[in-house]
Amino acid sequence: MTELTTVEQILERKSHPVIRDASVAPTDDMHDRLLELEAKGEIVLQRMKGEYVEFPTKYGRIKKIPIQHTWHHKSCGHCGHIPGYASSILWLHRQFNLDYHDPTDQTSCTGWNYYASSASNAVGQAAVMSRNFAAAYETGYFPLIHCGTSFGHYKEIREQLVHHKELRDEVRRILDKMGKPLVIPEEIVHYSEWVYAMRDKFKERQLVDMSQITATVHPACHYYKIVAEDAIFDPEIYGGQRTAVVTALLESLGINVADYSTWFDCCGFGFRHVLVQRDFTRSFAVLRKIETMINEVNPDLTVTHDTGCVTTLDKSQFAAKAHDRKVGIPVLSDAQVAALAMGAHPFRVVQFHWHSTDWRPFLEKLGINWQKYWDEFQNDLDQIKAGTKSGITWEDADKPIHLTA
Amino acid sequence: MPTTFENWNPGKAENRHPEATYEEKERLFLEVKNDVRYEDFLYGCYECGICVSTCPSARFYDFSPRVIAQAMAREDVERIYDIITEDIWNCAQCFSCVRCPRQNNPGGLVTILREVSLKNGLQESKDALQGYSRVIYKVMLKGNQVSPDMLQPDFFPDWGPWVQNFSQNMHVWRKAIPMDSIRGLTDVAWRTDRKTLLELYTIWFESGNMDIIKELDESLYDLLTDVMNEELEEG
Repeated sequence: MTELTTVEQILERKSHPVIRDASVAPTDDMHDRLLELEAKGEIVLQRMKGEYVEFPTKYGRIKKIPIQHTWHHKSCGHCGHIPGYASSILWLHRQFNLDYHDPTDQTSCTGWNYYASSASNAVGQAAVMSRNFAAAYETGYFPLIHCGTSFGHYKEIREQLVHHKELRDEVRRILDKMGKPLVIPEEIVHYSEWVYAMRDKFKERQLVDMSQITATVHPACHYYKIVAEDAIFDPEIYGGQRTAVVTALLESLGINVADYSTWFDCCGFGFRHVLVQRDFTRSFAVLRKIETMINEVNPDLTVTHDTGCVTTLDKSQFAAKAHDRKVGIPVLSDAQVAALAMGAHPFRVVQFHWHSTDWRPFLEKLGINWQKYWDEFQNDLDQIKAGTKSGITWEDADKPIHLTA
Repeated sequence: MPTTFENWNPGKAENRHPEATYEEKERLFLEVKNDVRYEDFLYGCYECGICVSTCPSARFYDFSPRVIAQAMAREDVERIYDIITEDIWNCAQCFSCVRCPRQNNPGGLVTILREVSLKNGLQESKDALQGYSRVIYKVMLKGNQVSPDMLQPDFFPDWGPWVQNFSQNMHVWRKAIPMDSIRGLTDVAWRTDRKTLLELYTIWFESGNMDIIKELDESLYDLLTDVMNEELEEG
């Protein structure tokens, strides 16, 4: 028998699905600890009401994903400057008449103060999370976290709350001042996990053929590196060696997902760096991510599932172009791709005009006449400027474009 | 001096910062070590370097998550002082380093080091966070961040003409978003109820967060406390 080279041995090992066994996982099952705390009356454990689906996580534990009655914990980044990200998530809910709540008693997780400046502390961060979760609990809706960082940050805080009684006591003292209980949901769910759960439904309603598109995936660090055991894995996706979200959606929509060697690398966001030290951010985004994608697979699009990643990968390409670097890949979230596939209006819903890297060739390749919809949108803006229309409403945005064409 | 077991000090750093006493450096380290999260973040170090191989900052700066875990595990007070004054603001907080087979969390250790640095008013952290006040102001006062009105060409010239285009069209573009919670807003990312903001201010005061801000930037502290106290008094 021919002896395998080291590289061949690695490739052979990677060709088999990873066996996942919850009973031999290297970490505690957080759910057991939450149930113990609930039994002692230390926390209120919020349970899902209504339909949910179950998927395996990194070590084989099962994670429940709610289908509706969801409380949409928005993200400062994408609501602030990529609003088509959030509106696409809600548009998808509306297409299936799924009940949801778009709250105004939500604050940011304030992870910016935690990760970027550390101008906060464990008690403050845990109290912010608990206040938001208590607000969701009061409505009866189950939290669906839009932001990758909020998702990772909340899982980290959940661990700290479970492990440290003194932290729980201090957070409870603060929550008492506002008459709120210390609530922890039975699962902390990222919106991309809901998208993953719904991907076959999206495929059934797909209007735009995407089979000619090649895309790369950037999995968001804070989705699966912080409390890694809580991210969804699937043996059918990369042999279960990477997260299944985003990639599985794109495959369901008929997109060719191309692999590239630096998939594990961070986008370069860095929190403080993206605002005040962007030489670091640009270098990492362009040299380690965008150029590698172009050199290796030359995709039409790159898709991710966090605000910071869309921002970094999209905005960093402009300055690099001035230096003749290989750039020019449009960047979208998985929710925006799913909405577009189902005929969402490119500007009223997907809000392409907030993205900086040229997205026109991508839409043209899909056969979408972006100029026609841009003109339509300009007419909306003219009416808003003239005061004859207060703004775009769901009534304007709900109907898929191919049905109105 | 001959090496004996008592004075054997393998691999520990030399004193590169004589401006601070050993006692002061040790006090800062003990503050880090006494944080409730410390034992969750550090289990020792194999020195295998997996954390370095995945770290974006290690590719760009003279920065090493391994050295951070290693210095903590050895309780190398001098090296930890080097890290707290020279390295911590280079971390991108991506947590790629938690791929560690020993389950260390160097990114988490950096978080504690940063908080201790801020609480103790270290000048290096004040310098690193210059230009960051408006972010802290938005996060603490408005309850969210990256509000549309922060995206101005002067701050983001390298993001290209898109920023100029956006800032000129901001008011009308923000009205052309179908979501009720964000339509038309330019100074915040989404609409937040006043009662919720008062609850957020209560958290900042009760958790000791305002004390951190006071050490970091006294004028920002005065600005924030003036607004928050006035709002809280009105109820």
